[in-house]
Amino acid sequence: MSMREAVAAFVHDGDTVSLEGFTHLIPTAAGHEIIRQGRRDLTVVRMTADIVVDQMLAAGCVTRLVSSFVGNSSAGSLGELRRRIEHADPEPLAFEEYSHYGMVCRYLAGAQRLPFHPLRSYAGSDLPSVNPGIRKVTSPYPAADGSAEEIYVVPPVHPDVTFVHAQRADRRGNTQIWGLTGVQAEAVYAAKKAVVVVEELVADEVIRADPNRTLVPAHAVDAVVVCPRGAHPSFAQGYYDRDNAFYRAWSAISKDPARLRGWLEEWVYGTADHAAYVAKLGEEFWAGLAVGEAPSGSVDYGRRL
Amino acid sequence: MSGGRTESARPVTSSELLSVLAARELAGRRTVFAGIGLPTLATELARLTVAPGLEVVYESGVCGAHPSHLPETIADAVLITGAEAVVSMATLFGSVLQGGHIDVGFLGAAQIDRWGDLNTSVIGEWESPSVRLPGSGGAVEVMANAREVFVVMRRHTPRSFAPVLDFCTTPGPDRALADGIRPLGAGVTRVITELGVLARAGVGDELRLVAVHPGVSVDQVRAATGWELRIADRLATTAPPTPAELRLLRDDVDPNRVYLR
Repeated sequence: MSMREAVAAFVHDGDTVSLEGFTHLIPTAAGHEIIRQGRRDLTVVRMTADIVVDQMLAAGCVTRLVSSFVGNSSAGSLGELRRRIEHADPEPLAFEEYSHYGMVCRYLAGAQRLPFHPLRSYAGSDLPSVNPGIRKVTSPYPAADGSAEEIYVVPPVHPDVTFVHAQRADRRGNTQIWGLTGVQAEAVYAAKKAVVVVEELVADEVIRADPNRTLVPAHAVDAVVVCPRGAHPSFAQGYYDRDNAFYRAWSAISKDPARLRGWLEEWVYGTADHAAYVAKLGEEFWAGLAVGEAPSGSVDYGRRL
Repeated sequence: MSGGRTESARPVTSSELLSVLAARELAGRRTVFAGIGLPTLATELARLTVAPGLEVVYESGVCGAHPSHLPETIADAVLITGAEAVVSMATLFGSVLQGGHIDVGFLGAAQIDRWGDLNTSVIGEWESPSVRLPGSGGAVEVMANAREVFVVMRRHTPRSFAPVLDFCTTPGPDRALADGIRPLGAGVTRVITELGVLARAGVGDELRLVAVHPGVSVDQVRAATGWELRIADRLATTAPPTPAELRLLRDDVDPNRVYLR
């Protein structure tokens, strides 16, 4: 399925859309296609709301954000997000604030069809006072010393659709990820529909030669989109490096609303699809993000004689 | 590169001082949860000096990193290649951190109070802030679960060392207790700033000034702190970075001065 078809089929106005990839394999190309197709009133769920979320905010796609970190990585600020929250400019943004493990637990509860997930965080924090989703319960079991134990819990999240980016998959959707594996598998299992975007489609035999590396089995996947370099400006371990210069540049671009809109015009609306975006960046640019080889040692799974 | 002798004759910058002091505090520690920037400098210097077996754990899931180059982010590809382990977010936060495997966590903040509670969410009201900060990330989890927490603050001002936080993102164990939940770790035990070092022993104790940097007066630190700062009975003066520490930091850890401002 093409990205255009996947977004058309799985993302509707008003939907809750999860885009996961913890600083690695960020599904940027999926976010850009959602912008091109002009979706509105989305709730975006993403642990680290960074550049692609700032872009979706600027494009007017998002009315609600669920996140645990809203910054441009370690490279600065998200201009559009800050304008929305600090000045309701051009309109307010509903923001549900969690911590990282709070978000992980929401995906775990969603994936496992649990009513909530407990965690040893939040005691004494002001976060529960601004987020009614974070609640305290009494454990049904006594603590080690026999006393009643209280613990905070978070609710499940069930995105209408989750997008993740990965290195490779087979045609059925068995998806292999290596390097930072983040929260992608949990986010896929929590979702009603899941789209896996991959650097390359490989033969069934390639996947089956190394089944432990399959983090997302085909039964959890509704569509596979082949989209090389679709994680830029983040990276795909073993395929291309992070575009640190773009991260550094983003703070200045997004600080100026006119410049940000100009950027979207040129790089998102002005490109028909991600292949056009990749081509516009040019081969010389991509050569600058090339990585050398460091193959894993292989393991022997053995076979019955 | 110029020679080591010339290098050590250069004046010590604030970043160098903070990194060296933080590195020294890691002596005897086995596992440290570190972010990028000053904590990277401190942990890498500690591995070359006082804590050769130190396992550095990153929020991205990397455990036991052996980077070939200075990492630019917690997700830098150089942290993955050659690492001892890379785990999922569920394992990292659930089993590694909440499971109690981290000795020291490094945190930063826009504001800290006398109990070591931290604000990384907003300046002003949460609903309509004058500045929206990045938020917790994993800081709430690091504070709740690491045995102790070190904070490095480049700027020591009455606004950042606040009598009352605008918002408490990341509570220390005293606030956890007041909320009816027993703390797991000691919370913040060390705060290293441009002026000196503050310390607290654990639950029930507040930060007090234990050392001032050479040339800094107690009154200067008091004036820069937003609450009535307690002073340790035996106030020390920071031992400046040694030529060997400076040489390692400048020539081996961060030769391109990515973080050594």
